[in-house]
Amino acid sequence: MKSREQFIQDLAPKKFTKAEKIWLGLLIVVIFAGFLAYVDQVRSGLQVTNLNDYALWGIYISNFVFFIATSFVGAATVAILRLTQNAWRTPLVRIAEIISLAAIIMAGVTIIIDLGRPDRALYTIIYARFQSPITWDVIIIPTYLVAIFFLLYFPLLPDLAILKEFYKKTNPRLSKWYGKLSLNWKGSAVQKALQQKSIKIIAVLVLPLGLILQTIDAWLFSSTYRIGWNSTNFGPYFISGAFVAGVATLVVTIFMVRKVKGLEEYITDYHFDKMGKFLALACLIYLYFNANEYLMPAYASTVNEGIHLETLFTGHYSTIFWFVTIGGLIVPVIILMFKKGRSPVVMFWVGMLVVLASWWKRYIIVTPTLLHPYLPIQGVPESWRDYFPSLHEWLITGSNLATALLILTLLVRYLPVVAIQRTMDESALENKAKTGES
Amino acid sequence: MGKENKNTRRKFLDKGLKLGFITALSGFGISKVASKLNATPNHDSGSKMELMNTNGDIIQVDSTDVTPVEHSSDHDKKYNVREGMPNRKFVMVVDLAKCKNALACQSACNKHHYVTGDNAWIKVYNMQESKDTAPYWMPVTCQHCDQPACVTVCPVDATFKRKDGLVLIDNERCIGCRFCMAACPYSIRVFNWSEPDQGEIYVDMDMSHHTPTPEHAGKPSKMGTVDKCDFCPHAIKNNELPHCVTACPNGVFYFGDKYEDTVTNGDESLRLSKLLEDKAGYRYMEALGTEPSVYYLPPTDRLVDFNDGLENYTEYESVAKPE
Ligand code: SF4
Ligand code: SF4
Repeated sequence: MKSREQFIQDLAPKKFTKAEKIWLGLLIVVIFAGFLAYVDQVRSGLQVTNLNDYALWGIYISNFVFFIATSFVGAATVAILRLTQNAWRTPLVRIAEIISLAAIIMAGVTIIIDLGRPDRALYTIIYARFQSPITWDVIIIPTYLVAIFFLLYFPLLPDLAILKEFYKKTNPRLSKWYGKLSLNWKGSAVQKALQQKSIKIIAVLVLPLGLILQTIDAWLFSSTYRIGWNSTNFGPYFISGAFVAGVATLVVTIFMVRKVKGLEEYITDYHFDKMGKFLALACLIYLYFNANEYLMPAYASTVNEGIHLETLFTGHYSTIFWFVTIGGLIVPVIILMFKKGRSPVVMFWVGMLVVLASWWKRYIIVTPTLLHPYLPIQGVPESWRDYFPSLHEWLITGSNLATALLILTLLVRYLPVVAIQRTMDESALENKAKTGES
Repeated sequence: MGKENKNTRRKFLDKGLKLGFITALSGFGISKVASKLNATPNHDSGSKMELMNTNGDIIQVDSTDVTPVEHSSDHDKKYNVREGMPNRKFVMVVDLAKCKNALACQSACNKHHYVTGDNAWIKVYNMQESKDTAPYWMPVTCQHCDQPACVTVCPVDATFKRKDGLVLIDNERCIGCRFCMAACPYSIRVFNWSEPDQGEIYVDMDMSHHTPTPEHAGKPSKMGTVDKCDFCPHAIKNNELPHCVTACPNGVFYFGDKYEDTVTNGDESLRLSKLLEDKAGYRYMEALGTEPSVYYLPPTDRLVDFNDGLENYTEYESVAKPE
């Protein structure tokens, strides 16, 4: 059995390697470019985008929906794995919570970037009207953010205390920070009871909050008369889609963290195997809702619906549509059915594919619908009949994604991504069981 | 179906509210009634007055019961911009049989509202439902819906519905989320993607002492906010007709008050109910339940040739740009 020191040595946050520093530099460059583009957008207005009176929402909104979807992973893994007492969750949940936190913060930022008057963003609170789904969003996003934050923070307390001790000599400044953040954690029975209770309450709360968040996001669209949005299927459709996007992001992130931080001993093939099954299940459920969303309307479609479906199935958007459906859902399920398909490296690539498809999926939920209004598109410039993001939009969106990755990278740098105290406790338990048996 | 549901729901809510009110007030009410019963009536001054009631019958009333109503001189003109004019309900009727895409409405609208973007507030669509049915020209303004989808979704009450039927936008309030544009099934809302090029107008109109209100006739438009057809509140306030109505050489547009049951296109005034009955008027996309304030008369017995309109038809332009 490993000693306590060894555990801490293995799991304590490590300094950035050279590769990580390059990665960081790259992120900062992308973020900076997007920042400049955004400053220009604020100064000259949304005309720097390719949005128009028909394609009135575009890549910003689809990126927002993607972030919201990804942020679901924290709620989903924690609620499902923690509440069902799944042992294999230990090395995974913290990364899931970190992803959720980064994603939900960036969702909030992205929606403000889309506003024509970001200077009036506070009006959504000052003049809030409860009948608008946007107001529901303004309430649920911060609420979910706080819940995810505590979900990450409470279990961290014992680890922070350990790290305070660990860095006392080598890095007193860092140690002081950990000390402050650990809120004087001593591991006393009272503290432990309080912590356990708090975690339980948050864990129970976070699943409904996550479900509400996804549903409200879906209602932003289904509360309009638009063809392709006004669907009663949208709530569960978005929830199951969030499952897919979130778990795939988790797989990719965990693979990278494990590789860079050398955590192969703690995050094993066994964990990937489990995650693979989880992802396959998520894809299958999402496929089911996709069938509801696209196949049934195709049977009894009105003229407008027919036009909409045609652009997806065989028309303008068919390449993306089939890529996200076949490449992003069907192929992954097939690969994940095989044991070899659930090995870490294969899973990484499958995960990448699914994340990419998930992002484009949001794009084709948002865009094609807007280009098929009830009245014909007439009397406006010809370019308004189509939409593809402008350079500004790509730069700003890239910068949003990079900021999410930056938050992720920094949190992974300074927090133990695998819970130290818990891993030690579990290994002690395991040992006891073994010696008890023999 | 949907509409009926909405109505019954509303009725139910209405009833519930009223019931609540009655319960709350009844305690207070009973004591009031009791005091009334105990009081001796003073209806005995001896002098009676003859008055006409709303049915047109002459009735006698004790003169002590009559108190004069205070009349405010500017009753019609002074009103809250967000509330609208009291006891009015503005409607429009568009006679498709007369429209030949002269586009005078559009030019007038663009001019008077200083529309500087790429998308006009009023558009005349080249419509043809299917290849065997006849094509026709269809002017579309904001329908000033009584169940406006745009108002429902606005998070900050920037776009609002007035009692007189108008749906307007407060450009000082709008945050530019464009949710209302997504919600409007008639695609009539336009967005100020860039700084509206209304510089000279500012100087012309001497806007310096002007407090902005939603009745500005589109000036000044604000970057990052939405605009749309407003039924010209600046004109109706002065008892004038909207610009599209007066501009149309073919008398396509009728404007009026539903409560007065009259509409006029400037040349002739007609009974709204009779016009709709005689010409089988309808509202566009009635099935959605948005309850528009704009009625259409079908393009039957046409006075004009569809093909005449093709001359003016520009598929990719609706706002003439200065050379
Ligand atoms: S036509 Fe559109 S913008 Fe006008 S009131 Fe109706 S929903 Fe609102
Ligand atoms: S764009 Fe303006 S008017 Fe339209 S919903 Fe948003 S805040 Fe309201």
